[in-house]
Parts: sequence; C-alpha cells; structure tokens
Amino acid sequence: MKKKLSLFTLFFFLLFSSSLAFESDELLVDDDEFGLEGGQPQQQPRVRLAEPTPTTTRSTTTTRRRFSDPDSDSKIQFSLEHAFGDSDFVSAGTFSARLKTSSHGGQTLTKLRFSRNDFSEVEKENFEKLLQSDDFYRIRVPSNALSPPGRDYIISSVKARCLPREGLDEHFVINMEGVNILAVNYGGLGACPYPRQLKLPSKWSFNSHTVLKNSEQAPRAPIFAEDILGGEIGEGEVVQPPERSFWAKYWMYLIPLGLIVMNAVTQAMNMPVEQAAGQPGGQAHQSAAAIPRGPNTAVRRR
Amino acid sequence: MAIRVFLVVLLFLSCTSPSFSLYEDQVGLMDWHQQYIGKVKHAVFHTQKTGRKRVVVSTEENVVASLDLRHGEIFWRHVLGTDDVVDGIDIALGKYIITLSSDGSILRAWNLPDGQMVWESFLQGSKHSKPSLLVLTNLKVDKDNVILVSSKGCLHAVSSIDGEVLWRKDFTAESLEVQKVIQLHDSGKIYVVGFTGSSQFHVYKINALDGELLKHESATFSGGFVGEVALVSSDTLVALDATRTVLVTIVFKDGEIKFQQTYISNLVGDTSEAAMILPSTLKGTFALKINTLMLFIRVTGEGKLEVVEKVDPATVVSDALSFSDDKQAFAVVQHRGNKIHLSVKLGDDWNSDLVKENIEMDHLRGHVHKVFVNNYVRTDRSHGFRALIVMEDHSLLLVQQGKIVWNREDSLASIIDVTTSELPVEKHGVSVAKVEHNLFEWLQGHLLKLKGTLMLASPEDVVAIQAIRLKGSKKSKLTRDHNGFRKLLIVLTKAGKIFALHSGDGRVVWSLLLPSLRKSEACDNPTGLNVYQWQIPHHHAMDENPSVLVVGRCGFSSNAPGVLSFVDAYTGKELNSLDLAHSIVQVIPLPFTDSIEQRLHLLVDADRRVHLYPKTPEAKSTFEQEISNIYWYSVEADNGIIKGHVIKSKCIGKGADDFCYDTGNLWSIVFPSESEKIIATVTRKPNEVVHTQAKVSVDQDVMYKYISKNLLFVATVSPKASGTIGSVDPEESSLVAYLIDTVTGRILHRMTHHGAQGPVHAVFSENWVVYHYFNLRAHRYEMSVIEIYDQSRAENRDVLKLILGKHNLTAPVSSYSRPEVVTKSQSYYFTHSVKAIAVTLTAKGITSKQLLIGTIGDQVLALDKRFLDPRRSLNPTQAEKEEGIIPLTDALPIIPQSYITHALKVEGLRGIITVPAKLESTTLVFSYGVDLFFTRLAPSRTYDSLTEDFSYALLLITIVVLVAAIFVTWVLSEKKELREKWR
Repeated sequence: MKKKLSLFTLFFFLLFSSSLAFESDELLVDDDEFGLEGGQPQQQPRVRLAEPTPTTTRSTTTTRRRFSDPDSDSKIQFSLEHAFGDSDFVSAGTFSARLKTSSHGGQTLTKLRFSRNDFSEVEKENFEKLLQSDDFYRIRVPSNALSPPGRDYIISSVKARCLPREGLDEHFVINMEGVNILAVNYGGLGACPYPRQLKLPSKWSFNSHTVLKNSEQAPRAPIFAEDILGGEIGEGEVVQPPERSFWAKYWMYLIPLGLIVMNAVTQAMNMPVEQAAGQPGGQAHQSAAAIPRGPNTAVRRR
Repeated sequence: MAIRVFLVVLLFLSCTSPSFSLYEDQVGLMDWHQQYIGKVKHAVFHTQKTGRKRVVVSTEENVVASLDLRHGEIFWRHVLGTDDVVDGIDIALGKYIITLSSDGSILRAWNLPDGQMVWESFLQGSKHSKPSLLVLTNLKVDKDNVILVSSKGCLHAVSSIDGEVLWRKDFTAESLEVQKVIQLHDSGKIYVVGFTGSSQFHVYKINALDGELLKHESATFSGGFVGEVALVSSDTLVALDATRTVLVTIVFKDGEIKFQQTYISNLVGDTSEAAMILPSTLKGTFALKINTLMLFIRVTGEGKLEVVEKVDPATVVSDALSFSDDKQAFAVVQHRGNKIHLSVKLGDDWNSDLVKENIEMDHLRGHVHKVFVNNYVRTDRSHGFRALIVMEDHSLLLVQQGKIVWNREDSLASIIDVTTSELPVEKHGVSVAKVEHNLFEWLQGHLLKLKGTLMLASPEDVVAIQAIRLKGSKKSKLTRDHNGFRKLLIVLTKAGKIFALHSGDGRVVWSLLLPSLRKSEACDNPTGLNVYQWQIPHHHAMDENPSVLVVGRCGFSSNAPGVLSFVDAYTGKELNSLDLAHSIVQVIPLPFTDSIEQRLHLLVDADRRVHLYPKTPEAKSTFEQEISNIYWYSVEADNGIIKGHVIKSKCIGKGADDFCYDTGNLWSIVFPSESEKIIATVTRKPNEVVHTQAKVSVDQDVMYKYISKNLLFVATVSPKASGTIGSVDPEESSLVAYLIDTVTGRILHRMTHHGAQGPVHAVFSENWVVYHYFNLRAHRYEMSVIEIYDQSRAENRDVLKLILGKHNLTAPVSSYSRPEVVTKSQSYYFTHSVKAIAVTLTAKGITSKQLLIGTIGDQVLALDKRFLDPRRSLNPTQAEKEEGIIPLTDALPIIPQSYITHALKVEGLRGIITVPAKLESTTLVFSYGVDLFFTRLAPSRTYDSLTEDFSYALLLITIVVLVAAIFVTWVLSEKKELREKWR
C-alpha cells in the first residue's frame, strides 16, 4: 500500500512538475537554463568587488565543466542597448550564450550569460535625471539572437525608480522561441516602491539576474490522463468513498423519528394526567414517562 | 391538523418554481426574438396562382427569403453561410427558386411554397469571372427549363428539374470575358458576347439545347472597352471606350459586327467626369451616369443615340417587367422633398405613365436604393402595379396605390455594435393601486394563478393566466424599474442607422439614420465602427438625458478621417457631430468623467497620436493630472507585433491642437513571423465587477486571484495553420496562448498546444480566460481554461499576521513590481464549433458565472463555469465536492435544457452581449446576427427575489388562515380548560 502511494505521489509530481518548475526556475541558482552574473568589466575593478555573489561564480564554473562537449561549441553574442527617457539607444552590455542544435534541427540557446557595462558619468547623470522626473529607463534587444536585429527590436521599459536598491537591481526574463526573442520582462528585483522616494543607489553597479524562458506545454485533455490513472488504480482495489458518520447518513430518518417519539411522549404524558383524576392506579407508569418531558409542561397543563 | 398539513404543502408547492430551465408557458415572458433578412439585393415576383401573394428576395446578409406581399411577413427563409454570397436569383418551372451563389459556383433550387431545397449542383471552372444567371423560360424541352449560368470562365447549361449539368462550354482557352448571354426569340439559340483583352469583341452563337457552337465572329475595336455593357436589344449593345468619353454601339446582325462611336460631349455638352453605364434591362434604352447627372439614352435604328431624359442621380429605375401581350413596363422613383415620386412607364415610351404616385416618405429613411416592380390585375380588370422599394437605411417597403402597405426594418439584420442605456426615472411616483387596478381583480388574478399552480385550472383558465402574465408584467414600460430589467439597447447598424430597442419587448423606441454616416460628397464610403456611452447623468438623472457616442470613419482603410456623432439616448436626436481631421484606429474610454458626467475618450489615430475628447479645458486638466498613469497598447496582427505606448508630450506639426498628444513606445513583443501569427486577442470587459479577490480552496487555503484590468490574452498559430481546419498536419501546427500585461509588456504566461489550430474564440473574465480551438490530433474541438493567481500575496492568509497588521493587503499594487503568478489550466473536449463566446455579468459579481456559447447551429448555450474549472479531478474528495468541484470528464456536457434560446435560432449569430441587471442574481443577454434574441438569465437561479408567478394571494390566505386557526384553537382550549376547572 505504501509503495503504491509513493508511486502515486511520484506520478503526480511528474505530472505537475512542469507547471511547478516555473517558480523554481527563477529562484534556483543552479538551474542550468540560465546563468546569473553581475557586471564585471575589467576596466573598473571597483565594481568587480561589489558585484558577483559567490553563488553565481560557482554556477558558471560548474556549468562550464559539465557541458564542455566540442559539438555544440557555437557561441553567440547579442547586445543589450539602453536609453534614458527619450534618448537614443546605446550599447549597455552583452549577452552571450551557447547555441544548441538539437537532433531534429531546432536551435535553442542555453547557458545565457550577461555582462553589463557600468554607467559612465554621463549616464549616471542621465539616470539621476530619470529618477527626478520619474521617467522610463528603456532597454532593447534584437528579436533574433542569430541575426540581429531580426525583424524589429524588442523594447522593454521600467520606471527608473524601480531599479535602485543597494545597487541597481535588474531582472531579465527573456522569452525565447528557438533563436527568436519574443519579449523581455524587465524590471527590478522585487516590488517597485510606490510612494515615489527619490533614492539614489549607493553603489552604481548593476546586479543583474537573467532567466531564459521557453514555452510550456499545455496539459492535454484529460482522456489520456484518465487512461494512465485507470491503469494505475485498477490493480484491484477500488477507492472507497470515505465512510460517512451515522448521523450524516441517516439524519433525515432520525429527525422525524425524534419528533414522533416526542409527540408520543407528550401524548402519553397527557393521557395519564387526565386518567389520574379518576384513576390513581396508573401513577407509577405516568411518573416514569413524565421524566423526559420535564415538570414544566405538567405544571402548565394543570 | 389535516388542514394545517394541507396548507403547509400548499405553501411548499407555491414556492417551488425551478427557474433553471424554461417551461413551455414561460416562453416569451422575458425573452423576445425578432427575425430579419437584411438589405434586399434581388427580388423576384411569382405571377401564378398561390405564388401571387409572395415575393422571393435575396439579401446582402446572404439570406434567401419568401415574403408575404400583403403583410411583409416571412414565409420561409434560408441563411446561407457568410462567404456564400448570392449572385443571382430567378424562378424556373414556375415552382422552383433558383439561386446562384459563392461567386457562381453553387446553384441551388428551392421549392417555392415551403422553401425546401430541391437540388444543389456545384459548377466547376478555373477562372474567376462575373457570375450571371439566366433561365430560358421560353424554351421548353420535355417540360424542362434550361438554366444558363455564366461563371468561372465557362458557360453551364443546367436542367432545372434535377440540377444536372446538360452541357458546358469552356471559354478559358480563348480567355474570353463573358459579358452577356442573350436569348434569341424562342429559337433555342443564344448569343454569348464578350471581350478578350480590352479591345477584341466576340459573338458566339450557341444552340441552347446541346451547346453546339453554331457561329463565332469577332472584331477589334481600337479604342478598347471598359466597364459595364448595356444590352439594348437582342442584337445591339452599348459599351464605353477605354477613355470613358465615347459610347460605342455594337450591332451584330447577320454575321457582321459594326461599331459606331458617339462622343458623350455631343450628347450632353462638355463633361469632365468619366461616365459610367448603369446596369439596366430596359428595351431600347440604357442609363448613363455622369458625375451629377443621370441620362437615359435611347438607341434608335442603326445605332443612333438620343437623350430621352436627364434626371437627378438619386433616381432609381427598376428592371423591365413584361406584362400582358408583350408589353414592358418599368418603374422610376424620384425624390421630391419629403415625398417620393413613383411612376411606372411603358418600356418603349418614356412619356407614357401607367402609374403616377406621390408617397409620403419619412426623411429618416434616406434615399431610395432599389426598386422592384410587379403587376397585378385590379378589380376592374386593368393592370395595377406595386413596387418593392429598398431604402438607404436598408428598410424594405411595399408601395401600392400610393400608400406604404408595409415596411420592414431590415437594417437590424446587420448590427455592428451594441451599447445599453438606462431608461428615464419615473417622474411621478406610481402607487401600487394604479398598477394593480383594484384589489378584487388583483385577488382574482392570484386565485387564477393559484389554481394554475394546483393544476386545477381548466384550459380557459390557463389562457386567462397566460394573458394576465403577458399583460401584467409591465415589461414594456418606458421607465426605469427597480430590478433594472428594463433598458434601452442602442444598436448601430451597417446602414449607419442607430436604433433604440426596448429590452422588454424588443420594439424600436426610436431610430435615426445618422446624417454623418450617410454618403455625401465629403465622405464617400462612411462606415460605422462603434457605439460608446458618452454621458450618463447620475447626479441629474431626472432632468438630463444620457447620450451615446457613435464613432465612424469615411472609407474602409484605417487611415481614413474619422466621424463622431453624439446622440441623445432618450429622444434619438443627434446632438452634435464632428468631422475629424485625423483618423481613428482605436477608441479608449477613460475611467474619468467631467463635471457634466461626459466620459473622457482617447482616440488614437494612424500616426499613433492620441486625441482627447471632449475638447474642453476641464477635460484637459482632468486628463493631464492622470497622464502619467495612462498606458495603451496596439496589436499589429499582420505584422505579428504588439506594442505598448505611453503619452509623452503635446503634438507638434500638422493637425496639432491642444488636445492632441504624441506617444512613445514603451515595450514591444515581436512574434517570430515564421512560426507564429496572431489570430485572437481578448481583454476583460472594462465594466466587469469582481466580488472577491480571494478564492478559498478545499483545505481552507486561500488563493488570491490575479485581477488586473491590464491583462491581454493573445493566441497565435503557426502561419501554415491559419487556413481552414484540416489544411495542415498536426505536426506542423501549434497554437500558443499568452497572457500579457499591457502596462509593462511582460509575458505572464505562455503555453503551447501542439497539433492545435484556430479559429480561436476566447472570453476573459476575472482571473480566467477560456478559449476554444480545434485539436487536430484528437479531431475534435477543445476548450481550455487558464486561471491566474497572485503568489505575492499568498502569505496574507496567516490570520495572526492579519490581526497584528503585518499583512501587505494595503500595499499598493504596481505593475512594475515583479509579478509572482501561478497559473492553472486544463483542456476539455467540446462537441460544437463556436461562433461567439461571452460570459454572464452581474451587478456585484457574486453570482456564479456561466459561459454563453453561440454554437454553429445559431443557438446560445449556457455552460456553467464550474465545468471549466482547472481543479477538476477524477475523484474529488468529499470536501471538494461540497465546494462544487465536478468530477473530471474529458468532454464538456451539452445539456439540451441549457440552451437559453430554447427552440429558437438566432440565424447568422455574430455576437452575444451581456448586461448586468440591478438585481444581483440576474443578467440580461442580447444576441444578434440576422435575428435578434434577448432574454434574462439567472445563472444561480433567482435567489434574491421571488419569481414573477409567486402567488402572493396564497401566502396571504395562508397567513390569514393560520392566524384564524390560532384564535380558534385558543378559544377552544380556553373553553376546555374552563370546563375542566368546573368539573
């Protein structure tokens, strides 16, 4: 029985793991679908100290070790550009990823890594202006990672006030379809502070998180699941509906029965009272019956 | 005791009135159904015996109908598919209606008396050409009429008995464009005339019986031909040359073709405008239209032309009608002020007037568009004429003896958009007595009802009860009611006419042919787009009328200039109209109103600039306060791009005024063009009310619905799969469903259905979306549901935190925060294909929801949302069952009783609108297509009110009897006690 139960849970886990996996995708650092890296340009060592968390570095190294097969060693790069308010887009960083060609010809990107250029002094000023005017910080990436810019650029924007925390926290969710980029969900890491407080970041460095996301499979119509489940359960034991309590089953009979009994009792009580006037012999019988009814009725009746 | 039991039973009986499905006698109590046919294109009259009373018409809504000539009622009607356009209609053998449709490829015969289809044949052909239908009535072979159909580059001869193709002559090799098929006088021979290229003229003489080619001649005319050809007699044609300035008379007699040219300027003096030959079948005469003039030109012998009459271009001429011994007549209709002038003339004599009538005509019907004439024999044995007139507002009138015998408002068959308006508040309080006449009658009525409930009623009583119900339901009053059941439905139709329908009985309260949506010199092809509620006075509801905004544009392309019109919702008068300088691509009603409660609207033009209406300084200041919170999105379906926009600054450049703003691009989503194509986008209804944000699940767990007004559902399919079902392999086809936040452009959810194909119909409500598509692998239609829940507030379910105030329930929700959402989804099979999906809306959103599905059979099915719950499982636990979770099945059930249209059909169903009533349990449903249907629905039954047939009298009587019984028993017991005490 226990074994079966565990099998059952395992099965259910497998069934629903695809939909649950989405949450963990973003938070798990070791997931091999994404790399997580801060800006680290060599020319600015100051940033480098501040930036990469130990976990991120570890994750990159492990993934590298794991997937060093020479076949899929085609690396591609595409750039991230940013704009302050309505200004023109300028380069702000580079995404690099590996192009994995699957057996049936489809190409996907894996192991996305991101290197962010740091803000120059001018850009810092621009960003401060954005904060002051509560304007949008905009980014764009090409819609095709292989042949930028593809059909058009994918633009995404966020209110500048959403980014600053300790440093500048940003979070990319890149929705991919093969080598095409559909959309970028771009924003700060957590909630965006609503009552606008003009807060300048203490460190002008980016703490970037990137996630690559592909489409989920839709659950199929239940007929297939039913077959499998039927095979699973049909080992001999039919799941019994849980036993209901006696009261839950028979209340509809019990209540009228109770009423009838009560009615009978009152009748029985009244009869002896009338009889008692002429026939004291029935006294013992009457008192026995009178107990459950209580003295109250008897008093009123008299 | 027995009496008491009886009374209790009575009370129970009177209370049980299941309202889930309808009883037979409830039909028509709160629903109405109206049948229309659309704007008439062709009409044929039947002249024999019983058929005399009928006219058969085909319309622009692809309806073939037989109408009663006396009253205009529909005898029978068939609605052909949306792409099965009727090209021609005629009568064969005196008993069959022949229709040619689908670009000349389907020929059908309908039985004239009852409209049953007799036969149908498909005509083959490779090339596209102008379809035409000709029934050779004079030629009878074995009691058979030959039908000649010229379509698809071929000439087909079809037997009218069984639809068999007798012979077929293919002209594709010669690349001949057939212009006319001409029947020679009862000789069994036909002429087929046409052009190859633009200048070569051909005449084929063909034996109509076997298709044998008897003679072929051709001649070249150097000037070239263009446009329509007018047939003047069986051997003379008139055409225009390529410059449209010369009329060419073509005479093909005795094997030779002669061209004769006449300059139009010789006929009418100088004209700069290009001329156009109008299609007509008059003998010896044809109609020519030159800018503001219409000319009737007679062809005399040897191809000479002479102008018979110059008339106003709004004049309409009917086809020629032959009556007694080879005389021909035709009708001419002209406008004179608010009258129309109808004259019927003899075919060869313009000055003869058989009938001359002036008919008073409502100017709201616009111009006459078409006229069909029919003759009858008067009581004095002379010839009388009646005319069927089609007006600009698509209405159909029958005119006889200078009077309008009947009219049909057939523009209601082509509704574009619907909105609702409240009725006026009752000014003087009406007491109950006034409504219920007197107490005696009232009691009598209720006694009758009581009898009905107890099944004691005789048939006469039943009739009386039904009459009382229909009369007493007050549903057609023109004032607001307490429950909000009575409303005005304001509909915009394709004709540019706007109607107010009363929701109680569906009658037209007022109608208006919008002057701004009429064809004029400034605006050539005005089209109506939408109706919006413009002003809803709450504060001054007693003395101000609400108004609606009608949005249209001049022309069909999206960058044509826009037209706005403001119409009073109670009186139907146009308050104001604006011809805009800019185009209208999108209309965004904003959630703000100004001091006189006019709603602010943003109109987006083709250059992505937004224009604020109303153009008042007050609206501007209200708007500019909120300017940073206004986001909008645009869907470029052809391009596969969705973009988000924000308003940036005042317009600069041409057309700039104070109320125009430039916008900036905020985000964009680019779907890869090789794998995805947008086929459906759906958002939530802006007026939807959500009662609770939390959903308590079985294990006392709370899930928070992700309720955002800014969610957009997008469905894309692989480009190959955008064709019809079955045109693609399941492996190559997939459907992707997206949930997109329209403020930030984040994709919140993305899900691929492999092997699925459109068309997709979807409905979005609260935090769920339901969509319908075809599953190629299972060969069935499927419906999927996606529910989206907010995880970021999940920790709020801790009661302790709530008590201590450590919850974040009051934290502001920002779209810019990173959303933490979970989605649940499930798919189910659904048997029907779907024309439209809607969801019931109620006033407070408490009542459970039903999906309203317009099925392929033109009915509306109500399906509980519970069937589309992603949490359905195979063996729900007891607790889940109590919560209302239905055990999982693979298909959605179709319960025949849950068709809200019961036995009726809403032919050509296009849309379903739901409007909440004031009563929470009830919602009003209006579905439209060629027909209209309106009803009232209570998805969870009417839990908050007594049903209409609740017997108040019974309740009253019961109470009185009970009180009396109490007194009687009390007195009795007192007496008894006294007696016992005295004993």
